[in-house]
Amino acid sequence: MAAVTLSQVRKAFGSTEVVHGVDISIDDSEFCVLVGPSGCGKSTLLRMIAGLEEISSGRIEIGGRVVNDVAPKERDIAMVFQNYALYPHMTVSDNMGFSLKLAGRPLQEIRSRVDEAAQILGLREYLERYPRQLSGGQRQRVAMGRAIVRKPQVFLFDEPLSNLDAKLRVQMRTEIKELHQRLRTTSVYVTHDQIEAMTMADKIVVMNMGKVEQIGSPLELYDNPANQFVAGFIGSPAMNFLPGRINGAGIDIGEGIRVPVPAGATVAAGREVVVGVRPEHLAVGADGLPATVVVVEPTGADTQIFCKLAGTDITAVVRERHEFHPGVPIRLTAQLTYLFDPASGARLA
Amino acid sequence: MHRLLNNRNALGMLFMLPAAALLVVFLTYPLGLGVWLGFTDAKIGRTGEWVGLENYEFLWGDSVTRLALFNTLLYTVAASVLKFFLGLWLAIILNQNLPFKSFFRAAILLPYIVPTALSAIAFWWIFDAQFSIISWVLTRLGLIDRYIDFLGDPWNARWSVIAANVWRGVPFVAITLLAGLQTISPTLYEAAAIDGASPWQRFWHVTLPLLTPIIAVVMTFSVLFTFTDFQLIYVITRGGPLNATHLMATLSFQRAIPGGALGEGAAIAIAMVPFLLAAILFSYFGLQRRAWQQGGTDR
Ligand SMILES: Nc1ncnc2c1ncn2[C@@H]1O[C@H](COP(=O)(O)OP(=O)(O)OP(=O)(O)O)[C@@H](O)[C@H]1O
Ligand SMILES: [Mg+2]
Repeated sequence: MAAVTLSQVRKAFGSTEVVHGVDISIDDSEFCVLVGPSGCGKSTLLRMIAGLEEISSGRIEIGGRVVNDVAPKERDIAMVFQNYALYPHMTVSDNMGFSLKLAGRPLQEIRSRVDEAAQILGLREYLERYPRQLSGGQRQRVAMGRAIVRKPQVFLFDEPLSNLDAKLRVQMRTEIKELHQRLRTTSVYVTHDQIEAMTMADKIVVMNMGKVEQIGSPLELYDNPANQFVAGFIGSPAMNFLPGRINGAGIDIGEGIRVPVPAGATVAAGREVVVGVRPEHLAVGADGLPATVVVVEPTGADTQIFCKLAGTDITAVVRERHEFHPGVPIRLTAQLTYLFDPASGARLA
Repeated sequence: MHRLLNNRNALGMLFMLPAAALLVVFLTYPLGLGVWLGFTDAKIGRTGEWVGLENYEFLWGDSVTRLALFNTLLYTVAASVLKFFLGLWLAIILNQNLPFKSFFRAAILLPYIVPTALSAIAFWWIFDAQFSIISWVLTRLGLIDRYIDFLGDPWNARWSVIAANVWRGVPFVAITLLAGLQTISPTLYEAAAIDGASPWQRFWHVTLPLLTPIIAVVMTFSVLFTFTDFQLIYVITRGGPLNATHLMATLSFQRAIPGGALGEGAAIAIAMVPFLLAAILFSYFGLQRRAWQQGGTDR
């Protein structure tokens, strides 16, 4: 097990830089999730940690050792690929034992370690099968098995669950988390699914366009987003954003509707701002901001209300059951609001 | 009738009929005629009498036929082995990210698209006793002092025609193997690299096993074409010197058409069939069928 540190890591393909100076430090036995929209450079970053992609500049350390010029196999890492990358011509047990075989371990040891991993992952019955003869979820487990038999210092996962159906994804999510709690191996996990990030991570790194937007624990990011991007990315359904202008103790958001300035915020009067409010922080009541219902989606546990407020589409999530019909006026109260700078997206309050 | 049309097997048979008819007309008939002629003493201009195995008995004792068989086996084995290694090597090089990749990929096909007769004539010049460019270059470099008699000496002639066959056959092998290499997902190599495989181990444990089915197919074809080769030999040496480069195919033609002994020629050609069948069966059962390709049904 080992800590992983990235300092000012950059990556350019030809003349286009896709990772612009990233600093991340991942503690020993931490589960770190890199999350961000498609194309933001998550996979590239992970592949640089794995040694599959060269680092244009900066430094990567694994367990205190700078690995910039170390070959993948010398880095003591294991990786689970999005398409699993199982060797089609090897049985499950050969797939899992391949790295040990290459390392020249005695047959006896290979067998017992493969068995142990198969036991953990529930693959005992499938050891003699070929990858083609397995379901997607089983292949996924084999890929994990291949990683754990080696007992590496770091696990790298590149969207390992994205090829599975929703139910299996939730199940595997839990299994991976359990596995981590059991093995305590430092893990770097890439996903574009913020729910996966929230549920699995000790530490989340939110990336956007090749830059780190914020690093923190799931709840830190949820409670204290550093900017509008993180605020909009973390949390589901996403935070509502309403453009407005500071006017005394309130913010004009159009159509003569005013929202109070969050307590303790010091923002100059007349300044353009973006008000952010999470759907779950909106309450329906007898008074508050006037909105019009567009669509109501009950999910059982709670109800999502899509409505229009001052010309902007917003979402509210409420626990109580309402019988709203489209077009009905309702009143919403925001229990918690954030303020962002419209130009830079930086958090103001 | 309706039930018949719903039966997969019956329907399959029905759809195969046109192809089967073509095969009968253009393949089975000539083959059958050949087999029949092999059992007769037919000459040109005279339909033969049934003579049973007489032709084969004669050929078994005929030293030229035996030599031709030896030549054919040597030609096939040597050329196929060389084509395989050269082709694989070229395919691997072409599969790398080199500059002007598509140009090289196209250029490599050149020997294959030039008509055989034309390239054979070119080789005839290359191997000419007086005008050989190889001899000329080697003398210029001071490596030899006398021109090499490529086609006059039996062993020189054998290796010369093998070289010509290899030159002509390599593109087919290389391009087919290149296509095979491109079906191998690059993430497998990345996974292997992380698993600790050296480049050589990646080739041995990933590339080669995944390529085996395609190698089997391409080498079967290559062996069949080489074993039955005719044009190159006929243009470059006509089987000479002293029958040293006569192959079964050229000998069969020579006995049958210029020599007029249709029955004997046919018998030589038919004698090739068991070898070809053996090659096909070996490749099919030995190399092509892999459990990992068969999906979930075989276990
Ligand atoms: N080999 C390459 N050559 C050129 N550009 C590349 C290469 N690989 C990736 N890129 C570019 O780098 C950027 C980041 O790619 P990357 O694969 O890291 O994204 P990602 O965050 O993993 O996205 P996704 O969630 O879709 O997997 C993209 O804009 C992509 O086009
Ligand atoms: Mg990716």
